[in-house]
Order: sequence, then structure tokens, then C-alpha cells
Amino acid sequence: MSKTMDEVMRTADGVPLKVSLHKALVRSRIRALLLVLPLLAFLLVAFLLPIGYMLFRSIDNRIVPSIFPRTAVAIQDWNPAGNWLPGEAAFEALVRDIQQAFKDRTLGRVGRRLNYEKPGMSSLFRKSGRRAARITGPPYKEQVLRIDKRWGDVNTWRLIHRESGALTGAYFLAAVDLTLNDRAEIVRQPEARRIYRTLFSRTLWMSGLITVLCLLLGYPVAYLLATLPLRYSNLLMILVLLPFWTSLLVRTTSWIALLQTEGVLNDLMVFVGLITDDGRLQLIHNKFGTFVAMVHILLPFMILPLYSVMKTISPALTRAARSLGATPFTAFVRVYMPNTYSGVGAGCIMVFILSIGYYITPALVGGRTGTFISNFIALHVGQTLNWGLAAALGSLLLVLVLALYLLYDKIVGIDNMKLG
Amino acid sequence: MVESKPSIVRFDRVQKSYDGETLVIKDLNLDIEAGEFLTMLGPSGSGKTTCLMMLAGFEPATHGEIYLNGQPINRVAPHRRDIGMVFQNYALFPHMTVAENLAFPLLVRKIAKPDIRARVERVLDMVRLAGFENRRPAQLSGGQQQRVAVARALVFEPALVLMDEPLGALDKNLREEMQYEIKRIHENLGVTVVYVTHDQSEALTMSSRIAVFNDGLIQQLATPDVLYEQPENAFVAQFIGENNRLRGTVVSVDGDYCLVRLEDGATVRALKINVAGKGAQTCLSLRPERVAIEPTGVTEENILSGRVEELIYLGDHKRARLSVAGQDEFIVKVPNAQDHAPLSEGTRVRLGWAAEDCRALDASGEVSTPG
Repeated sequence: MSKTMDEVMRTADGVPLKVSLHKALVRSRIRALLLVLPLLAFLLVAFLLPIGYMLFRSIDNRIVPSIFPRTAVAIQDWNPAGNWLPGEAAFEALVRDIQQAFKDRTLGRVGRRLNYEKPGMSSLFRKSGRRAARITGPPYKEQVLRIDKRWGDVNTWRLIHRESGALTGAYFLAAVDLTLNDRAEIVRQPEARRIYRTLFSRTLWMSGLITVLCLLLGYPVAYLLATLPLRYSNLLMILVLLPFWTSLLVRTTSWIALLQTEGVLNDLMVFVGLITDDGRLQLIHNKFGTFVAMVHILLPFMILPLYSVMKTISPALTRAARSLGATPFTAFVRVYMPNTYSGVGAGCIMVFILSIGYYITPALVGGRTGTFISNFIALHVGQTLNWGLAAALGSLLLVLVLALYLLYDKIVGIDNMKLG
Repeated sequence: MVESKPSIVRFDRVQKSYDGETLVIKDLNLDIEAGEFLTMLGPSGSGKTTCLMMLAGFEPATHGEIYLNGQPINRVAPHRRDIGMVFQNYALFPHMTVAENLAFPLLVRKIAKPDIRARVERVLDMVRLAGFENRRPAQLSGGQQQRVAVARALVFEPALVLMDEPLGALDKNLREEMQYEIKRIHENLGVTVVYVTHDQSEALTMSSRIAVFNDGLIQQLATPDVLYEQPENAFVAQFIGENNRLRGTVVSVDGDYCLVRLEDGATVRALKINVAGKGAQTCLSLRPERVAIEPTGVTEENILSGRVEELIYLGDHKRARLSVAGQDEFIVKVPNAQDHAPLSEGTRVRLGWAAEDCRALDASGEVSTPG
């Protein structure tokens, strides 16, 4: 059709067609919106807000400025680059803040927060809390210096000065085994405290291997499921789904029962004579245990998308290939497999992303060498109460997953995944 | 009958059972001549597709042997049979372009790249799809996909091409167009085609011979005109074209003819085709267009009277449903010509037909015509 741009299609009454169309559709749009509104609200409250809060938590640094407000203000003008201590006013502010915090029982939090950056801070604050209560008047500086000589260390004051802002990057630095030294330069953590990079890379490569193993084990099963007659495939499907209906905890602990040194498998191997009683194999509480249990638990997530894609592939395709002269192998590789790629992509992404964030199983069977980054996130949330670091680790994990997702989209294309 | 042409396919006492209890194919013997267009026609479940699958190699024969060019092929894998096949829903490879689909059989035969390109081009020209090389099957219409499927089955120049209800998914106009297209390709290439369908008009238009299947047996194997004019049993008569049935008993036999007493007592002279002899139950088969209303000629030896129950106007002719000899499903086609007396519902008319148009067949033929 040849039509100039300014010519607008109109209805019989002369209303522009687009306006009329919009009016006709607006009601159904509102109805559709109302239908998804509960889910949207739920997602906002249960998903977006927590993630936003977590992201914020990883840079949130309000502990020191909120509990030590006077000190925070008093040392604002102090030059941390210089080599001298702040003046009497700052010490007075410090004493008043410590006394207030001691009374409010919030002093420990400040000590803990600064202890993340510099070991020993926690004990310094505990000690200072008791002693500072006795200080009633000037000279503050002198009395504070008498409490502990670390108060005379410029670096202590540099630390307080550094962490008295509302935001900090310290958690993120810690999450990648970096820290700030006394001169506020980014340096690597001391050898003994480097742990997260190893954990991140271990989480990644182990998840990758788990995904590959799931694919290798799941592909034939999914193929069988899709091609067997219904009565057999139903039974097989139940076997595949059975793990889903069993508690995760039960499954993981049964792996412990099977694989532990005094467990079923080792007993059997000793009984058969494969290994001696002294040479029992360590099959669990290490990487091997994590692999076995994780592959077992995540296998259905690989099989189901593969199955749903394979189910749609007509058996006539392979037949056609064979009638055209292809051997069974060629027909499978050249015709069948390419049509399952969308399922392979979906399954792999599913297993990999689930695996990267998996917590319970590595925690129970991973021991020291088979744990994932999520176990440390849980540790910081539940035990050390270093939520800032936990949030930073979580945010990094989130970024990592998103990056991998984008990479996948770039290489394979997300649209291809949905084809199945 | 002496066949001059060599047979390319031979089914020799072939039986097939899926469950070990019932036979889907009961004792199939069939010779297919090189270059012919043989259609296996029958209702669903009659065993025709099973036959095709056995020939293609996707189903093993339970008993008997299938020969291809004189060689037994029961143990030959499908990909070594060199038989082209067009599947019901085309089975085009969705992840390949049209050109890649067509190149596939050549590629697995390790034919040189330039050769492949030339042959793909030629075959695309043949099915009038030049310029569609880089489309994917999903971007083609049903008819175009159909053409690609046919082209793919022909591109490696097999001597035998099987087609399993290839036009079933097309709408009526396209189906007719494709019928002629396939017929034209068949004639141009001289390839042997074994075609499976349940559509009798498709079978009649395209085939050189038709094998009518029912109940695991070939009921009749003949050219389309013989099949229509001279059905050998009640099933074929009923399945091919429209057919009036009159039940009765044979009262006397007279050479090729016999006299049959109908249920209401009237007697009719008919060709003796498939009756045991005097006293046997029979089912008379009579094509609606062979019945004259108010006959004036001398050829109509059988005269019966009937009552017009229903008239349907169909343009070029009218369909009259009458009750004759106690049966009210008697159809007569009345040509829409000026010299015909107007019929009206409820009136009685005389009906006449020649004895050779009326065939006395077996009485068993109770089939539901497929939709």
C-alpha cells in the first residue's frame, strides 16, 4: 500500500483508528493488569525489596556515625593524612559517645564493626567502655590515653575517621579478599584471611562440572522418557520425580549414610575386598560428596526441560533422516540433537544457577573443601552477624549470575532457550 | 494377468502383528511395477500405513519377505534402502533451511559440494520453489512445505518414493493442486510411487493402480476405473464412490447373471460377481448415476418403484433419496437437465437399471464410510 505519513486511518465515524483501537483494548488491558496485580505486589514485597535492601546493606555504614555521632562530627575536620592525633574536642566527643553507647549497650556493635577492618578493635572498645564510665571531666585526652595506648595510635583514629561516613566499600573489598591498609590504600588481605576468591572460583567450577554431569546423565534419561511407550515412561517419570517428593534434608542425609567412612558403600567395598578396612575411602565431607549429592538433587531440573523439549520432537524427524540415508548415529547427531539445544540450554542454566546458590547440601556433605560461597553467606548472616559482608557476597553472586546469563544470551540467545 | 514390466517391490506372504495376538496385516502378496503410481487406499486401521512402514524399514515384518529390485530387504536398515519418503506432516528439519534440508540426503551420501548445490537448485526448480533456499520450514506455507518434502524425497534420485498421506494437512484447493503437481512430477521422472491415503477421490485421480485395504487384507487391486465400475466385493463397492445397496437372496443362477429376490419380494437380475450360488445371501451394488427415473429405454431390465423421501439441490444435479424395496437409503442422481420430469418429495416413481450395472456381491459388506 502506498500511503503518505500524515494520512491517518479513520473509523466510519471519523475517529482516528488508533484512538478507537486503544479505547477498545483499554478495558481488557486493565483486566489483565488486575489479574497480575497480586503477583506484582508479592514480587515487590518478597523479591525486589529484599534484594534492594541487600544491595543497600552491602554498602551501608551507619553503625559508627549513628552510635558515635559526636565523634563523627568532631573528627570531620581532622586530617588523617597528617601524623598527629585529633584535638581535645574529639577526645571529649569520644568519651561522651562511649559513655552513651555503654549505657545503651550498643558499644559492642561499633567495636565489632571496626574489628572487621582491624583486629583488636572489639576488645579495645569493650575495655574502653568500662573505664570511660569513670571519666567525669577534662582533660579527656590524657585520661583516654591512659585507658589504652592504642588510643594514642593515629591509625585507630584514621580507622574511625574512615568509617564514620554513611557509605562504605569495605564490605565489597572484603568479599574479594581485599582490604584497606592504614593509609587507605587497597591491598590484598593477609594470606590467612584470603578465602572468598577461592570460594567464588570453586563455586563456579564445581557448579559448571555439576551442570555437565547432570547433562550427561540426564540427556539419555530424558530421551527415554520422551520415546518410551506411555506406560513405561510414566513409571520412569515417577522415578525421576520421586526425589522431588522427598525432603531435601532426608536425601542429603541418606547420602551421608551411604558415603561416610563407616557407611554402606565403604562397608560393601571392604566386604568385597576392594579396599582394606584401614584404607576406607573418604567419600563425603569433601568435593566428591558435594558432587554426588548435588548432581543427584539437581538432576530433575535438567531432565524436565530436556524432556519437555524432546516430547515435542516428532519421531518422524529421525525417521525422515534415516529414510534419506543417514545412519542412526548421523540422524541423532545431525537432526535430533540440534532440536534439543533449547532444552539443553534451559536445563543447563537452571542447574547451574541453582547450583551456584545452593546452600543446604554443600553445608551438610561438603566438609571443608566442598562448601560453596552460599555457605559463607549463611555463616555471616547467622553466626558472625556480619550482614554487610554477607550482603556484599550475595550481591557479587547476583552480579555474577546476571553476567553469566547475559553471556549465555550473547552466545546462545535466550530466545533459543524458550523455543522448546 | 501377465505383467510385462519387472516388479520393483514385491510383498511375499507378509504378515505383521504388533502385540503377538492380532494380525494387522494378514498374508499380503503384492507386486509393484517399476514406474507405476500405486495407491494403498483404506480406512484408518486397515494396515496400509503399516505396509508402507515395513517397506521403508521402520517396522519389521513378522512373517514373510519384502523384495526390492529382487533383493530381500527384511534385514536391510532403512538408510540403506535408498527409498525416498514423504511423511504425513512433512518431517522437515526445523533447524535447517530449505536448501540444507534438500542437501541433507546428498550430504550423508558424501556427494561433492558443487554437485549438491546444482542438484538442490534443480530439484527446487522442479517443485517451483526457486528463491526459497534460505527460508526455514516454519517460514513456509503448508503447500510450500509439502513441495519441499517432495523435493527432499526426490533429490537423491531414488527409484522408489513412498508417500504417507502427504496431502492430509492441506486445505481442499491446495490438495487438488498438489495432486496434479505430484502426478506431473511422477510422470516426468518416471519414478515409482507408493502412495497411502484414505481419500478415495485422491486415489482415483492420481493412481495407476489402487490397492484397497481393509482389515489387514487387500480387498481389490485394480486400476481406478475397474475399481469403480467393477468392485469385487461389498466393501470396495461401498468404499469407492457412492453406492446403493439392496439386500436379497439368490433364487437362480444363469451364466454370468443371477436372479435375486429382494426383501419385499421383488426380483432383480444382476451380474453374479461374488455369490456362492442359489440360496445365498447377497448385497446388490448399484451406482446412483446408473439408475434412471421413469425409464423409457429398453436397457433397463429391472424396474422397481420407489417413494421420494428427500430431494437435495446440488446445482448440476439433484440428489434424491428414495425408499425402495423396504430400504430408505436408496440414492439417485438426477441430472439437472430440461427434459427431466420434476420430482417432488412424497411421490412414487418408477426406477430402472440395466442388469450389468447391478452387481451381486457378498452380503458381509457392512462398513462405515470414512469421513
